[in-house]
Amino acid sequence: MHPVIFIVFLPLIAAIIAGLGGRWIGATAAKVVTTGALFIGAFLSWPLFFQYIGGHADAVVVPVVTWIHSGTLTVDWALRVDSLTAVMLVVVTTVSSLVHLYSWGYMEEDPSQARFFAYLSLFSFAMLMLVTADSLVQMFFGWEGVGLASYLLIGFWYYKPSANAAALKAFVVNRVGDFGFSLGIFGTFLVFGTVSIPAILHAAPGMAGSTIGFAGMRVGTMTVLCLLLFVGAMGKSAQLPLHTWLPDAMEGPTPVSALIHAATMVTAGVFMVCRLSPMFETSPTAMHVVTWVGAITCFVAATVGCAQNDIKRVIAYSTCSQLGYMFFAAGSGAYGAAMFHLFTHAFFKALLFLGAGSVIHAMHHEQDMRFYGDLRKQIPITFWVMVIGTLAITGVGLDVAGGIGFAGFWSKDAIIGSAWASGSVPGVIAFWLGVLVAGMTSFYSWRLIFLTFFGEPRWAASDHIQHALHGDHDEPSEEHGDSAHDSHAAPTGTGGYHPHESPLTMLVPICLLAIGALFAGQFFHAVFVNPESAPHYWNGIIAFSRELAETVESASLWVKLAPTIAMLIGLWIAWNNYIRNPGAAGRLVAIFPGVYRFVLNKWYFDELYDRIFIRPALWLGRLFWHGGDEGTIDRFGPHGAAYAVGIGNRITSRFQSGYLYSYALVMLLGLIGAATWAIWWAK
Amino acid sequence: MIGLPLLTILIAVPLIAGVIALFLTPSGARWLALAATLFDLLLGAYLWVLYDPNGAQWQFVEKLPIAGNFSWALGIDGIALVLLNLTTFLMPICIGASWRSIERRVPEYMAAFLLMEALMLGVFAAQDLFLFYVFFEGGLIPMYLIIGIWGGAERIKASYKFFLYTLLGSVLMLIAMLYMVGTAHTTSIPALMAFNFSREAQTWLFLAFLASFAVKLPMWPVHTWLPDAHVQAPTAGSVILAGVLLKLGGYGFVRFSLPMFPQGSAEFIPLMFVLSGIAVVYTSLVALVQRDMKKLIAYSSVAHMAFVTFGLFAMNRQGIEGAMIVMLSHGLVSGALFLCVGVIYDRLHTREIAVYGGLSNNMPGYALLFMVFTMASVGLPGTSGFVGEFLSLIGTYQASSWAAIAATTGIILGAAYMLWLYWRIAFGVARTPEAAEMIDLSAREWWLLAPIALAVFWMGIYPESFIRPIRNDVGRLVTRLDAVAPAGDSHLTLGEGAHAHMDMEVTH
Repeated sequence: MHPVIFIVFLPLIAAIIAGLGGRWIGATAAKVVTTGALFIGAFLSWPLFFQYIGGHADAVVVPVVTWIHSGTLTVDWALRVDSLTAVMLVVVTTVSSLVHLYSWGYMEEDPSQARFFAYLSLFSFAMLMLVTADSLVQMFFGWEGVGLASYLLIGFWYYKPSANAAALKAFVVNRVGDFGFSLGIFGTFLVFGTVSIPAILHAAPGMAGSTIGFAGMRVGTMTVLCLLLFVGAMGKSAQLPLHTWLPDAMEGPTPVSALIHAATMVTAGVFMVCRLSPMFETSPTAMHVVTWVGAITCFVAATVGCAQNDIKRVIAYSTCSQLGYMFFAAGSGAYGAAMFHLFTHAFFKALLFLGAGSVIHAMHHEQDMRFYGDLRKQIPITFWVMVIGTLAITGVGLDVAGGIGFAGFWSKDAIIGSAWASGSVPGVIAFWLGVLVAGMTSFYSWRLIFLTFFGEPRWAASDHIQHALHGDHDEPSEEHGDSAHDSHAAPTGTGGYHPHESPLTMLVPICLLAIGALFAGQFFHAVFVNPESAPHYWNGIIAFSRELAETVESASLWVKLAPTIAMLIGLWIAWNNYIRNPGAAGRLVAIFPGVYRFVLNKWYFDELYDRIFIRPALWLGRLFWHGGDEGTIDRFGPHGAAYAVGIGNRITSRFQSGYLYSYALVMLLGLIGAATWAIWWAK
Repeated sequence: MIGLPLLTILIAVPLIAGVIALFLTPSGARWLALAATLFDLLLGAYLWVLYDPNGAQWQFVEKLPIAGNFSWALGIDGIALVLLNLTTFLMPICIGASWRSIERRVPEYMAAFLLMEALMLGVFAAQDLFLFYVFFEGGLIPMYLIIGIWGGAERIKASYKFFLYTLLGSVLMLIAMLYMVGTAHTTSIPALMAFNFSREAQTWLFLAFLASFAVKLPMWPVHTWLPDAHVQAPTAGSVILAGVLLKLGGYGFVRFSLPMFPQGSAEFIPLMFVLSGIAVVYTSLVALVQRDMKKLIAYSSVAHMAFVTFGLFAMNRQGIEGAMIVMLSHGLVSGALFLCVGVIYDRLHTREIAVYGGLSNNMPGYALLFMVFTMASVGLPGTSGFVGEFLSLIGTYQASSWAAIAATTGIILGAAYMLWLYWRIAFGVARTPEAAEMIDLSAREWWLLAPIALAVFWMGIYPESFIRPIRNDVGRLVTRLDAVAPAGDSHLTLGEGAHAHMDMEVTH
């Protein structure tokens, strides 16, 4: 049996055991089973990945069982492994197993741990089904499966209204994306007569330039198909305008944010575009749209990230922004760079989230950075790994002697260079936005570090810390956003609280991820983006463009240095505002209050959607119910009919239980009469 | 088929048991009803095993002339087989659901259910036009009584509405049937399915049958009886109403409208698509603002049944097979959802959503199963809901991209109203102390819900078991519709360099 069978199905079995049997086998057994399944998966995945790197393995499809056969539509459960899947297998199983382990410590006090671990493993299974999909329909299965797991985990603390609202929002907004994805699958089947991904990719170039009727319009076949499928990717990967669910998803426990809402699930859209890259290549229009959406999301999310106070929300917007990078890389034709950033981002973003979780753990579930400060001495290991994560995300590195740098340096520079090298108008705009956002990334990432680990302690004002000190906290697992504290002033001082470093089960995973953040770029850039070696690795699985990669290599020096310079400027601004001159940020905000409110309130997307979608939907629902069903259909239908024959009043007022039998009798007699008459007539 | 008249036995056992039940004590009637329905469940399963998907179109055929052309003619194809099994599967569950909650006039109640089972099975097995009519309309009488006698506070109004709506449809259908027999000189349904009526006649016949089937399905705008009937019916009544009675409309389209009047059907495709499209959007939005659990699920039924009409009138293989799976899946899922409502209604005696909340705390088993059925209703892949919706929509897209767009909005709205319902019931904190004290599922309730959950996963993961029996029958239907099936609005035109002009209307 191919190892991928175990990689994919062990987490499912573990999830079932932990979920249904958790009450009998106990929390510890549930944790062992689920964590064990994922570690086995990780140990099986890495050798697979290295087999593909070494060129010793070909793409394989492992059939499992028949699924849907209807006429020419055939969909089977099958697991596909190729070099693209191998990357995702490594990312998913590694991050997932480490997050499982981390959760041993983080969720220690939670009463429903078996349920939590069951959900995590269920998620891993669905994600693995997604990345091993050989057909669009199975990809959709994984797609919806991760959506379900995400929904369950965001709403894990189901007694919190905010968590329920966030879970519902995540599912429904993703369904908007699925609306496009579904139509894309239907259209693809109509055009190609199959939903098998290899068959579609094989036939796609032949359809370039063809046109099709869609909703009364005459449009390019490949353009409309790619854009419909891309709507799905926008939903799952939180791209504008379907991004609003991701920041709210931070209501879930922090390990969930690290696994699902940073490293794996949200990158599914990028994976999809890369998986279908030969298809996207046939439509320049679709590619331009992908670039635009990625570049705009990259910028908008970064602006919002600069103004947030909740540590998790900063990282959430950062994720949204980094996903934008991946998309505009894909839109520029640099699929290798997009996958590379997906790979490195998984390590350093999971690291940042788990590090933030460690801080939150130490600060008794306080998430507002305004109540942090000076923590580097209290939780030094967390501090250092967070710094490594920040160095990775901001892309610190030197372009000398073949290059040396942290993970993000390699992948982000490859993306920004590719956007420039693509030479298209949206590509060049994406380049400039990408450089600008590199500076903003540096600013908000260092701002997070400075606010959290440097300066004076400001813990005393936090409700959570007060609860911890006075022991009257109600729910140990409760996490709050910054909304709860807005009215507080922020006095300084420790309040007599002593933060503690997290237990080993939490620190070990963070440190392992830190190794990834340090070296993933250095080690693997040759595999993903190098014009000499990457084509061998990708081997036609994605539409890797060697010319583009060569142009990136030979770009002028200023193109290569631009992101680094922007990064240094961002670092300097953060340092100037939060270390050298702590009041500077407040004064700057006071000069532009409107701009500040605008970005603090996330560009008012939620308010806008509430006005144009949610309220009208409810209003229409009530209108149709009272005005349509009751006011029109019933009034002129059954009630009207009753009045028309002059019995309405009597029936509605005097129809009592005794009459019921007589009516039933009338029905019966009528039936018998009608049938008899019919038989006689038919003779 | 030589040997025992299995279909007659299948119908006769509940009928006879129903008559006997009238003379028993309440407890005796319960046990007899359970035994009879379980017997039918096993016999139905046996039929499924015996049924040869690659064999003759009509199997287990029986024929006993009664008077003139009218005869006791039974026989089933794959389409009837699966619906028959749906009925026999849900019936014991209905009896179990009524075990404790019905205390008044138990023998009569059980008799009504058994009579209904016999009549519903008769509808699916009938091969004679008038026999079908008697079963079809007769089945309404026990339902009418169940709502009118054992229903809620406004049961009279609901049963009256139910009566009025169905009356109109059945009169028109009977007249159409008389015309058909007069023209074709046969009452045999298989013969009529192959008979070619004149184009003109098909138009009118289609409309007359539509009047009946559209009410049963129900289609917008003749759906308003359904929410009232569901709200007032006892739990088991709702289960059978959603699970089997609503399937009569879809079955009618598959058995009569499409094969007997293909041209008439094709003529009205735009009408059917428009009504179905309105149904999806309109009833989903109405479901969103409901405060009564049963009403919400009733409105969601109307939206789901629109997937049936979409799929059927797309007139291609995926569409029709999808429509059949939607019917089976909806029968299971909405039946289960009504049972879920019944479980908490039995405890608190209210269907107001606002009273509940936080049930995940005190009823974790219930919360789990309710989640499974919610997700199946939403159409999550891996559950039965997805397979049906997906096939039906992929078929619809081939017929009209507009129709597919309208239908696909249902997956967004469906998620919104179902998950919001789930949130208000199972998440959050209990809004009343009574809700917080409710106890989790009893063993009896597990036995009612768990089998449905298993069936939902079975149909979602390995739907081949359910598609295989209907494959050849759908194939015959598609062949019959071949000449009139809609060409679709896609008209793929290859680009420069490719000279061939391909009309991509899919004729698989």
